[in-house]
Amino acid sequence: MRYLPNSELERGQMLAALGYDSLEQLYAHLPKEVLLARALDLPPGKSEYEIIDYFRALGDRNAAGYACFLGAGCYSHYRPVMCDVVVSRGEFLTSYTPYQAEMAQGTLTTIFEFQTMICQLTGMQVANASMYDGSTAVPEAAMMAMRITSRSKILVSRTLHPEYRTVLGTYLRHLGAPVIEFGYDAETGQADWGDLESKLDDRTAAVIVQSPNFLGSIEDWRKAAALAHSKGALLIYVFTEAVSLGLLEPPRDADIVAGELQSFAHPPSFGGPYAGVIAAREKYIRQIPGRLVGETKDTNGNRAFCLTLATREQHIRREKATSNICTNQALIALMATVFLSVYGKQGLRELAQQNLSKAHYLAGGLPLRFQGPFFNEFVVKAGARTPDEINHELLGHKIIGGLPLGRFYPELRDCLLLCATEMSKRAQMDLVKKAIA
Amino acid sequence: MPGKTRQHITRNEALLFELSSPGKRGYQLPDLDVPAVDAASALGPGNTRQEIEDFPEVSEVEVIRHFTRLSTWNYGIDLGLFPLGSCTMKYNPRVNEQVARTEGLLWAHPYQPEALAQGALEVIARLEAALAEITGMDAVTLEPAAGAQGELTGVLLIRALLESRGNPRKKIIIPDSAHGTNPATAAMAGYSVENVKSNGHGMIDVDALAALVNQETAALMVTNPNTLGIFEQDVVRITGLMHSRGALVYMDGANMNALVGIARPGDAGIDAMHLNLHKTFSTPHGGGGPGSGAVAVKKHLDPFLPYPRLKCVQDHWTFDYDRPRSIGKVRAFCGNFGVLVRALAYILAHGGPGLRQATLDAVLNANYVRKGLEPYYELEYPSPSMHECVFSDSRQAKRGVRTMDIAKRLIDYGFHPYTVAFPLIVHGALMIEPTETESKQELDLFIQAMAGIAKEIEQNPEFVLKAPHCTRTSRVDEVAAARKPVVRWTRQPAAGKAD
Repeated sequence: MRYLPNSELERGQMLAALGYDSLEQLYAHLPKEVLLARALDLPPGKSEYEIIDYFRALGDRNAAGYACFLGAGCYSHYRPVMCDVVVSRGEFLTSYTPYQAEMAQGTLTTIFEFQTMICQLTGMQVANASMYDGSTAVPEAAMMAMRITSRSKILVSRTLHPEYRTVLGTYLRHLGAPVIEFGYDAETGQADWGDLESKLDDRTAAVIVQSPNFLGSIEDWRKAAALAHSKGALLIYVFTEAVSLGLLEPPRDADIVAGELQSFAHPPSFGGPYAGVIAAREKYIRQIPGRLVGETKDTNGNRAFCLTLATREQHIRREKATSNICTNQALIALMATVFLSVYGKQGLRELAQQNLSKAHYLAGGLPLRFQGPFFNEFVVKAGARTPDEINHELLGHKIIGGLPLGRFYPELRDCLLLCATEMSKRAQMDLVKKAIA
Repeated sequence: MPGKTRQHITRNEALLFELSSPGKRGYQLPDLDVPAVDAASALGPGNTRQEIEDFPEVSEVEVIRHFTRLSTWNYGIDLGLFPLGSCTMKYNPRVNEQVARTEGLLWAHPYQPEALAQGALEVIARLEAALAEITGMDAVTLEPAAGAQGELTGVLLIRALLESRGNPRKKIIIPDSAHGTNPATAAMAGYSVENVKSNGHGMIDVDALAALVNQETAALMVTNPNTLGIFEQDVVRITGLMHSRGALVYMDGANMNALVGIARPGDAGIDAMHLNLHKTFSTPHGGGGPGSGAVAVKKHLDPFLPYPRLKCVQDHWTFDYDRPRSIGKVRAFCGNFGVLVRALAYILAHGGPGLRQATLDAVLNANYVRKGLEPYYELEYPSPSMHECVFSDSRQAKRGVRTMDIAKRLIDYGFHPYTVAFPLIVHGALMIEPTETESKQELDLFIQAMAGIAKEIEQNPEFVLKAPHCTRTSRVDEVAAARKPVVRWTRQPAAGKAD
C-alpha cells in the first residue's frame, strides 16, 4: 500500500471532517446486494524487489538473447537511448491529453512537430496526432474515405497485412460496407492491377494498398492511384515498416496514408503499444479522425498550440463524430518524434540504406519466391525442408528465423517471410542463409 | 509581429525545424558489415526519394535540450494534483516503467514461437484472471487498445450474441450523462442511439428507461458510478429490466476506481464492460495515451470474444485461433502488451487488500474535497459521492465567470484543472476526481486554492477572466486555431532583400 500517501491519522482526521467514524460509511448507501461480501481472491501486496524479480523471471521464459529475423508488421530496430530518456520525464509521462493548452504546451508542441514530420515523410499535407496502431488506422481511413466519397465499397489488396485485413472486416461489418479483396501477381508479389481493375466501379470508396506489402514487395502507387481515381475512388496507402519512408518515394498521389510507426523507436514488446497515424490531403482535414494540434496565439501575441477542430470528435459530436477514438498513443508518438530528431534528415536515409543493404545481403543466393523490388523483407522458398524444420534448426543457434507463411497464405505454405534490419549481424545472417540454401 | 518578450531561455525554445542547420547530426550507425546496395538500382529509380525537404538536422545536445525545455511547459502527476473527473489521474508507479522494459518482454516479437513466449503469455493469463476476479465476470480480453475500443468490442460482442439469437436489434440506450465515446461507439457498431434522462438524484430514471426499452433495443450502456460520481442505486433493477426484454447491459468502466474490492459489476447483472487500465490500474496517460481497454464479459458472450484466446495445455500456454463465432480481431497482435505488464505490476504491488484500501481512499478523498468546496461552489446533486464530485459554476456565473475561467485561474495556483463543462447535464460543470494517491495536505492546498478563487471572483472577476497569469503561455486563442487550421510547420518564404 506504498502508493497511498495518507496515514491512519490523516484518514481519521478526514473522516471526522465528514462526520464519519469508519471508511465503511462512505459506501453505506450502496444496495446490499451489490456489495462484495468477501475479500478479493488476490494475493497480498508485493515489494518492489519481488515485482522486479517476478518479471525478470518471466522475461527469461521468453526468447531473451535471440537474434530475430521476423518482421511482418513488427520490426526490431535499434532504439537511441534518448527516446527513453525523454519519455521518462514525468512532465511527459504523467501528463494528460492536452486539453488545457496553457499548461500542456510541451506536449502540444511535440505533437505539432510530429504532425509536421509525418507530413514530410509521407508527402501528405495534414497528419493527426496518432491512432492506436496501423491495424486500426486502416479501417478509420476506410471510414474516412466512405464519408468523403459517400460511397461504401472498399477494395483491399490481399498483400495488406492479414491481421489488418481482419481488423478492417471487424470494423466495417455492420456499416453496410462490402470489403472485397484483390489478388497479387504470382511472379512479382505485387498487386494484380488487372484484378483490381475488374473489381473497381463507381460505388468504390477506396482502394487500399500496402507498400512495402506484407510479402515485402514495393507497390506501384502511381498505378494504384490512377486506377482508383479513374473511378472516383480514393487511394489509401498503408505502411507497416516506417523506416522505408527514409528511402522510398512518398506516395504523393495517394489521398490518405495510414501507417504504423512502431519502427520509430518502439521495441516489439509482444505486439504493443505501438502508434498508428493517418495523414491526408489538406482538403480532407475535417474528415480526419482523432486529435489534431493547430497553431494559434496566446493573449500576449506569442505563438501557441492547442487541440483543434474538436467538433469532429466524440466528446462534442457524440454519435455523429468521425470516430469514437479518445485516448490515442501520444507517448509512443513522442518517442517517434525523438527518434526522428536524433536520426534527422541524413540519419533516416542512412538507416534505411543499411536496412536495404542487409536485407539484400541476406537474400543473396537464396531462392526468392517473388521478383518484385523489396526493402528489408522478402519471401524465400524453403525447398526440400519445411519452414518449421528450418526455423527449428536456427533456434539451436539462438536465432528466430522467418515467418512461415502458410498460416496466412495457404498457397505459400512452403515459404518463409524474412526480415533484416540494421541490427542483423552478418554472422547470423550467414547461418540463416546456410539453413535455407 | 513578435509577442511580449520572454527572457528565460527555456521559455523561448524554437521548433526542431527552426533549430535545424544543414550537416548537423545526432546519430552514428555502426559500420555496415555487408556490401552497400545502391538504392536506385535495387528499388527502381521511380521508387527512390530525394532528400526529405525541411526534415530536421540537429545534434544530440540540441535534442536533449529541446525536449527537456519543452517538458518544462507541461504539467504531470509527478508535479501535483491532477483532479480531472472521470480520468483517474493517479500516481504512475515508476517500478512499472522498469518492469515493462524487462529485456525478454521488451524484445518479444508477437510471432515468435509460443515455446519462447511463455513469459509474455503468462502476463496475459495472469492479468486476465485478476481482472475477472475484480469485475466478477467470467472472461476477459486484453486486445482492445483503449477504453473507446473496449466499448466498440463490447458492443460488437453484444451484437454478435443477439444475431446468434436471430435479431441484432436496432438501438442502444445511453443516459444523458454518458461520455461522448458511448454514442460514437454505438454508431460505429451500426446502432442508432436513444438517450434516457436522469432523475432529480442524478441517476437513471428507471421509469423513463422502462418506457424506452422494446423489441428494438439491443442494450443499455451505463457508466457506474456515473459521470456525476453517483452510484446507480437501481443497477440491479435496471439489469433485470433489460434482461427481461431480451436486451443486454454494457458498463463503461471508466469509473471503476470507485468499486475495486467493494462491489463487482458482474454481481449486479452487467453483461460486458471495459476497464481503462490507464485509469484504474495506474498505467501512465503519457499526454494522451497509450491506454488499454480490457473487456470483461459473462459466459454467454465468451464465444464471441476477439481471437486468439489463451488456453493452457499441459502447463504450457498456447493461443487458440479456432474460434468460429468470434467477432474477429479489433487490433493486430495481442493488445497494448507493455501497458498490460504495467497494470499487472500495479495489481501485484497492491494485492487484494491494497486494491480495496485504494478504493476507500479514493472515495474518502473525493468526499473530503466535496465537503471542503461546498461552501463556495454549487453542488447540483446532493446524492452521496463516490470517487468524484461535480459542482456547477452557477454562483460564479452571476459575476460573469464560468467554469473554464475558474479552471484557468487554478493553473496559477499550480494545479491542473478539473474536468471542465462535463457532464453535459450539469450546466457549467466542475468535475473533480482527486484519486487515492493524493495526501490530505495536497487536498487542503487544493481546497484553499478553490476557495481563494471563489473569493477573487467576488472581488475582482476581471482578474480571473484573464487567467492564467503565471504560465509561460497566457490564455490561448482556440477559436482562431479552428478558423484557419495550421497543423504543420512550413518554411516561411524568405523576407525581401531590403535589409
